[in-house]
Parts: sequence; structure tokens; C-alpha cells
Amino acid sequence: MMDKSAAVGKSMGEKKKIANTIMTVVFSILSVLWIYPIIMILFNSLKVESAISTNRIFELPIGDAFNGIKNFVYGISEMDFLSSFWYSLFITVSSVVLIILCCSMCAWYICRVNSKAAKAIYYLCVFSMVVPFQMVMFTLSKTADTLKLNTPYNICIIYLGFGAGLAVFMFTGFMKSIPLEIEEAAMIDGCSPLQIFFKVVMPITKPTTISTAILETMWVWNDYLLPTLVLDIKNYRTIPMNIQYFRGSFGSVQMGPMMACILITVLPIIILYLICQKYIIEGVVAGAVKG
Amino acid sequence: MEKSIKKYWPVFVAPTLVAFTIGFIWPFIWGIYLSFTKFQTLKKITWVGLDNYLRVFQDSTFVHAFVFTALFTIVSTLTINVLAFLIATLLTRGIKGTNVFRTIFFMPNLIGGIVLGYIWQSLLNGLLYKFGMPLLALSTTEGFWGLVILMGWQQIGYMMIIYIAGLQNVSPDLIEAAQIDGATRWQVLKHVKIPMVMPSITICMFLTLTNSFKLFDQNLSLTGGDPAKSTQMLALNIYETYYMRSGQQWKGIGQAKAVVFFLIVVIISMVQLRTTKKREVQA
Repeated sequence: MMDKSAAVGKSMGEKKKIANTIMTVVFSILSVLWIYPIIMILFNSLKVESAISTNRIFELPIGDAFNGIKNFVYGISEMDFLSSFWYSLFITVSSVVLIILCCSMCAWYICRVNSKAAKAIYYLCVFSMVVPFQMVMFTLSKTADTLKLNTPYNICIIYLGFGAGLAVFMFTGFMKSIPLEIEEAAMIDGCSPLQIFFKVVMPITKPTTISTAILETMWVWNDYLLPTLVLDIKNYRTIPMNIQYFRGSFGSVQMGPMMACILITVLPIIILYLICQKYIIEGVVAGAVKG
Repeated sequence: MEKSIKKYWPVFVAPTLVAFTIGFIWPFIWGIYLSFTKFQTLKKITWVGLDNYLRVFQDSTFVHAFVFTALFTIVSTLTINVLAFLIATLLTRGIKGTNVFRTIFFMPNLIGGIVLGYIWQSLLNGLLYKFGMPLLALSTTEGFWGLVILMGWQQIGYMMIIYIAGLQNVSPDLIEAAQIDGATRWQVLKHVKIPMVMPSITICMFLTLTNSFKLFDQNLSLTGGDPAKSTQMLALNIYETYYMRSGQQWKGIGQAKAVVFFLIVVIISMVQLRTTKKREVQA
């Protein structure tokens, strides 16, 4: 009897092993298919113009089709890619820093001050998360124009305004759970509210800060419509605006440089993702749980 | 303590509040006002009452966009959630390479909508050509499924991450107890796993539903509404009404469309949150 059940156990274990191996193979194939679109962009960015047409898009960059890095050189210079990259980078960093700083302070106030005004701000923030951008796109861009908030160097104020909802919501969600005693102890030791906030509250809030920063970064970096409507497209183009500007205008679009630019837009994000994927994935989960 | 914090409101609240007023509250109120008016530039605004709203429903492109968006939202919400949940259950069984697979499935989510649209436009057109079918810009059906595929590629990984987190919170004791009671795999899934991950389902449904309904960038770059505005979704339709049509009535109508759009989004979110929240169970 003993032997028999051991044998059954063994074959069950083996069965499971085989099933798992099959699953690994299936998922490997699926994964390759999953990143194929990015590989396709890579291949096409290395090909000559005539080999990127719809009928030859799946060909490899070998032989006559190979074009070296010409597309990259041409794309970067012709599309003024570097200044786009700079605008995107500056807007993203300034907006996210501003959002994190201002919204965490505002959220702490909302948590600790029990007034009607504080509650009203909180509910307005939650409300703003549901409102689609099209609802305010025209009036927002006009307001930004009037207040001269229409350059890459101060558009972060607009982003703070429109992105405040999510950030305030996430920070208050976490800060509510910080025990009051810690802060009261600091107060008795003679700390001012500002000192308490920066020396006591902020260090505890670090995980939420990272999650919020990641969610806001993903939003601002990829945002297309807001900068298009607010910035002057002739002078300032962020990366998504630039891609749309060249690809969307029909006629003489050169696909090779286009593919090259798409690739250098996507690559930094992928590299950043591979480096700090733990935080990104945690950020997504935290954001979802709070939401 | 509350009192001393209260004194500091100009430091803590004022910056966010000022920006929030500029970036949201004022444009929102002003937007509602403009939806009742006719204007080309902001110098000359005439009050027209509910006229714009009546015209919204007479505009056949809007009605078409609504139907198209609704269909798209249903199909993509279902496919994304079913596939994401399926992948999540398979990737929580401890098979080899799980981490690599998760990393890869999540990756497309980081790419912006405009870029995504152009990547898939090239890819899908190449495939359609291979099979001798009309290109994306010429077929409404293909545009629809193209959008569904694109949306799936972008969102499945994100939802998968949330489902995995949910599934990992299901205590193995519960599953074991069910198995000892003789539950089959399907029964475990239906009666133990799904009820336990209901909070994840709520949030994933909410995200996919609102993301699909509000889709703009991907729609603009993949099909641009072609052929003949037939793949235009609501957000793109509003944008086009606002900025691409000549005639001074259109801006007001566009704003009225935006208000209607906003109301629909609010209603959908509330209904969805209510229905799935009801099914959540306490662990």
C-alpha cells in the first residue's frame, strides 16, 4: 500500500512538472509575440525607406534593406528630437516634483485639520479624478494662455492643478493611517508644523511618495492633448506632440526616421522600467488598492 | 496640534488650492457655462440656453461615436479582464520564468498612447496586406478590432499585476480546505478564488471601463477616425467638433458634448462601483 501511494505521488509530481514545463514554453512563445511590436520597430528603424513600406514591413534589416544608423541621425536632427526630449524631461520632472511636494502637504492638512473647507477640498479632488479632460480642455487652455502659463517652464502649475486629484487622494489615504502620537510627541519637543511635516511625516510616507511619483510620471511623460492645447506647437513640442506632428501631417512622412524616433522614445522608458520595475509594479498595486 | 497646523494653511494648502482652481475648478465651471452659449472667440459670447444640447443629439456623428465607444468599451473591458485574470492565475502557480513573463507583459503599459497607435498602425497594416485585406484606414470593422487589440496589448499587463496581487492575498488554507472537501479546480476558482479577489476585479473593471470610454490618444493615432469618422470615439469626436469644424456654433456644441460625455462617465463609474462592490466578501 505504502509503495503504491508513493508511486502515485511521484507520478503526480512528475505530471505537474511536465505541465509546468509546457506552460513555460507556451509563455515564452507568448512573451516573444508580446514584445514583437517593439522588435519590429527596432528592425525597421535600421532599414532603408523603400523597405519599410506596408508590403515589406516584416523583412529583416539585412542586405540591401540595411541602412545603418542613418535614420537615427536624420530623425534626431530633422525632427529636432533633442529639444523635444528636453521639454518632455523638464516638464515631467518639474511637474512631478511640484505635485509630490504640494499635494503631500495639502493632504496632511486635510488629514489633520477637521474643518469643512478641508473636507470640501478633499471631495473636490476625488471628484476631479472622474472628470474627462475633454470637459475642461478648451477653458483650461484659455486660462493657461491668459495667465501666461503656456511655456514648458511653467506648465507644471497646470499639471499640479489637473493632477492634484490623484495625488491628494493617494496621500490622504496613507496619512490617515499614521498614528497621531508620533506627531504629537514631535510637537511637544518643540517642532513647528513644517518641521513635523518634513522630518516626521514625509519619511514615513516614502512608499506612497514613490508610488504617486511613478503614476504621475507615467501620465505626464506620455500626455499628448494637454501640452498640445496649452503650449505653442511652433515653438515647443514634447515627444508625443513631436511624433504626432510629423506622423499626423499627411504627405511626405519619412518612415525610417519616424521608426528611429519612436524607438528612442520607447527605449529610455523600457530601460528605466527594467531598472526600477520593483517600484513601478508596487506603485501600480498601491495605486489600485487605494483607488 | 490642529490649531497650530491650521495657522500654516498658506504654506500647506494654498499652493495646491490655487493651482487646483486654475487647472480644474475654474475651467470646469466656465466649461459648464460655455455649454449654454454660442461663441467663436471669447470676445463675443451669446447665451443660447439648451439649444446646444438639443443639437448634440441631432449630430449623427456624436450618436455614432457613442454607439462605437459603448461597443468598444464592452468588448475591450471583457477581453482585457478575462485575459488578464487568466494570465494572472497561470503566473501564480510558480512556473519557471514567472518573473520574466510578468515583466514583459507589463512593459507595453509604459508606452504612450500616440506612439502605441503608430506602432500598431504599421504592424496591423503589414499583416492586413499579407492577408490581402483592406488597410486600417479603409475598414470600420478592422479599425474597431485594431483598437481592441491595441488596448489589450497596453492594458492586460497592468490589470494582470493587480490580479496577481489579489490572488497572492488569497490564503492557501482556504484553497486547501476546499480541495479536501473535494472541490474541483473549476469550483475552487468559482467559489473561492473569484469571491476572494473581488476587490481587484472591482478596481480593474473600473480602470478598464473608464480608460476605454475616455480613450483619445490611441484613437487619434491608430485610425484618426478613418474611414469617414466611422471609428471616431466620443473623446475624439468632441475634439474634432471643437477644433476642426468651421462655423461659430460648433464650439458651444462641442462643449455641450463634453458635458454630456462627463455625465456619462460619472454614471458609468458609479453604477459599476456599486454593482461590483456589492459582491465583495469579507475574508
